[in-house]
Amino acid sequence: MAPAQAHGVPAVPDSGIVPAAARGGIGIEVNGEHFVHTGDPQMPLLWYLRDVLQLTGTKYGGAHGENGADLVLVNGKPVSAITQPMAKLDGKRITTVEGLAANDGTLHPLQQAFIDEDAIGCGYCTPGWLIASVDLLKRKPQPEDADIDQLPNTCRCGCQTRVRAAIKRAAAGKAEQA
Amino acid sequence: MSAHAPNGIRLSRRRFLQILAGTAGALVVGIRMAHADEPPLPPEWLGNHFHELGAYVRIDAEGDVLIGARDPDTGTGVATALPMIIADELDADWNRVSVVPLGLGVSANDNGQPHWTYGRQRGGTGDSIPAAWAELRQAGALARWLLTQAAARRLGIAADRLRCEAGTVIAPDGRRVTYGSLADDASKLDLPRQAPAPKAPERYTLIGKPVGDVDAHAIVTGQAKYAIDHHEAEALVAVLLHCPWPDGTLESIDTAPALAVKGVVKVMQLKPEAGQQPGHTVIAPAVAVLAKNTWAALAGREQLKLKWRPGASAQESSAALEQQASALLDGDAAPTARVRDDGDVDKAGKHAARRYEASYYQPWLAHACPEPMNCLAHVDKDHARLVVPSQAPQQAWAVVQRLTGLPADKIEIRVPRVGGGYGRRLDHDYVAEAVMLAKAAGKPVRLLWTREQDFAHDYYRSASVHKLSAVIDRKRNIVAWNQRLASASALSGRGVPADRLWTSEVLPDQLPAGLVPNYRSDWYALQSALPRGPHRAMPQLANAFAAESFIDELAHQLREDPLVTRLRLLGAPRSIALRNGGTLDTGRLRNVLQLVADRIGWKNWLRSVNGLGIACWHMDGAYVAHAIETSLQGDKLGIERVVCAVDVGRVINPLGLEGQVAGATLDALSTALNLAITTKDGQVQQHDWKSYPLASMAQLPNSVETIVVDGGNRPPTGASFLAMPTAAPALANAVFRVSAVRVRRLPLMKEFLRLS
Repeated sequence: MAPAQAHGVPAVPDSGIVPAAARGGIGIEVNGEHFVHTGDPQMPLLWYLRDVLQLTGTKYGGAHGENGADLVLVNGKPVSAITQPMAKLDGKRITTVEGLAANDGTLHPLQQAFIDEDAIGCGYCTPGWLIASVDLLKRKPQPEDADIDQLPNTCRCGCQTRVRAAIKRAAAGKAEQA
Repeated sequence: MSAHAPNGIRLSRRRFLQILAGTAGALVVGIRMAHADEPPLPPEWLGNHFHELGAYVRIDAEGDVLIGARDPDTGTGVATALPMIIADELDADWNRVSVVPLGLGVSANDNGQPHWTYGRQRGGTGDSIPAAWAELRQAGALARWLLTQAAARRLGIAADRLRCEAGTVIAPDGRRVTYGSLADDASKLDLPRQAPAPKAPERYTLIGKPVGDVDAHAIVTGQAKYAIDHHEAEALVAVLLHCPWPDGTLESIDTAPALAVKGVVKVMQLKPEAGQQPGHTVIAPAVAVLAKNTWAALAGREQLKLKWRPGASAQESSAALEQQASALLDGDAAPTARVRDDGDVDKAGKHAARRYEASYYQPWLAHACPEPMNCLAHVDKDHARLVVPSQAPQQAWAVVQRLTGLPADKIEIRVPRVGGGYGRRLDHDYVAEAVMLAKAAGKPVRLLWTREQDFAHDYYRSASVHKLSAVIDRKRNIVAWNQRLASASALSGRGVPADRLWTSEVLPDQLPAGLVPNYRSDWYALQSALPRGPHRAMPQLANAFAAESFIDELAHQLREDPLVTRLRLLGAPRSIALRNGGTLDTGRLRNVLQLVADRIGWKNWLRSVNGLGIACWHMDGAYVAHAIETSLQGDKLGIERVVCAVDVGRVINPLGLEGQVAGATLDALSTALNLAITTKDGQVQQHDWKSYPLASMAQLPNSVETIVVDGGNRPPTGASFLAMPTAAPALANAVFRVSAVRVRRLPLMKEFLRLS
């Protein structure tokens, strides 16, 4: 797709004879749906998700995403959404917490494990913990405590011990299926 | 309903239960404050407008039960526990219960004053559960009574021969009638003459059973809407740049570059309200950028060209404040307040066999709420509608009323689940800002504080210095205890009389008060312009660290097992009357102490390669103890095990309670290990998660072993911050055992590395 420019969709001519000009903008896939961003290419993904798409599960934590509240998966890798300008994301595939469950509503095993372990404080940073945990289990299906220690998230409510239990529960479920 | 209505029944606190027929044959039970000449409820309130009725129950014809949660849930679990209390009295099927947050219940009484529909509404202050226990059980009991009466008529069996179970009324012959099918009939019955008796405790089916957070599914799927997630079509996004000094002023500003940013609509100044006092700044001066979306507002803010003129607070620094404290405590100045003075501390000191003294420094703290301050405000000339992350919506209401002058019932405040509170959201400066901006802009405003502002414009927990001394007699008993504390009161500038400013800083009943014959507690006021406010487990957090560290030091001086020193101090199990009207049950305190000691293997405390530390405390009728095991490899401290025992009386939701205990423990450890706010030139130096680093997963223990004492039929107490005060002293005491380094200054990691 063309380099991102801040412009709108070109007007379609009256007759159907002339093919429409190529659409500008930044094309991304969010939770399996395609979107074209035609606003400021420097807008961070976080505000695009929250303000434009109104997908508010991904939370604002701070200017650099250090507490992990705004983690999303970009082409399967966890990144802080506030650090990603839309310009960098053309053609990328993004998964937010809203996209973790199956289309029929079946929860991701980690989502279910968080519920089963009641691994929730105020819940504000929970989406970020989930995204980081999904990534961890993809890399390490049977993580050691030391692997879980590497999660970048923080939590003021102190849900860490239950998050640890939830990750282990989800991993054990996977081992059982295997 | 009038106070004399024949079908009105009188309940405690002048509150009336009320039943109403909802739409489609629903039974609606509400609790309303008694108020003479109150007009009957308009019919449209009864169905889809369930919200506006009261703290209650609604059962529809399908048997689905809706229960309102009146207190904001900031992560304390009250949105689960409060409805559990009602649902159990109702014998509802929990699987068919949905919980709705109520928002603020307010109407106007005759003289225009607010009339709180649901009574108190407050969260994160440790009193939601006790208040609900006293007030909300009736709603469930009444609904069950009505349903039973309706079933009795339908079945032709006396009501007292029927029983209720999981949303069904069951007759002795086995016939069953569902609540859903009875709701319409029940809604048409008269209220009983006397309030129906609540259930006998042995019949509880939900209370005392583990129940998961009612919002869990919405949270893990990203569907839960916090205030920050609310949008309104016409709303402008407002971001602020605050003056770095609460008492500073705007010297110059060029708004043109900001206004040139695409999407920016307005740049506005926010001036503090008149009459502010140092120490409690309602609003620091600020400049707001209003834009069509968050990114444009932030980009506009980047372009603001402005200059602030510092106020007198620019002279302040946390280092100077600590010197101020030392000067007060080292000199012989009279205390600002003598909080308690039992026996004769001076005389006891003269005949001292042994006398010890130690000072403890604890830093300023921020609230660091995960969800930053924000507010959606829609203010018209005759109505205001707000979505607020608040711990105290009635306080938020007062702010809106003051700024708009609107009638009491024309201010609508919704409080969805809140992303952490810890006391920060008992103040509503951000609500004031949003209202002022919405009024001035003539458009709804979605105010967002960025993280830097959250750190720089908090109502901080004051730093403190505790200077403790104790006298020990020849029989190794602690016969005198003298606590001298210097801190800046959280109540300064809040209309509290000068002789009551100590009440936010120290408690007359705190340990070891009541256990030592000669006990004195003095408070010295520090002068600071840094805004202060309520903070999690305040003032317990700071006082417990000092007292429970000091007892450990005394034990060491006595060459005694610190558990034994504590048990000797507590003495035989007995009740001691407290100044606040409550009691200290030394037996219950001994019990939690012994429980954590046994669990962690205290008997081996001297032989253990690792260090064991212990601490206990009591607050508001609840008891807590921590035992912690630390390891040391090189200069690397590890927290190997954490055990916590709590006695909170009756437990409503054990799963929720364990979550609160583990959560508060980890929060307290994180705070003690890493956190401090410092100021220089009147400015807070921490502005992000790197400079105010909450503990990482690796720093924290892998589990918190929680022991919950069976509280029997004792009324429940609050527990959301019960486990805060003892974690840090237990950790510091364990660190001493493993390293011989006595940490008398927090944050612990920094001090430990300095000393070792």
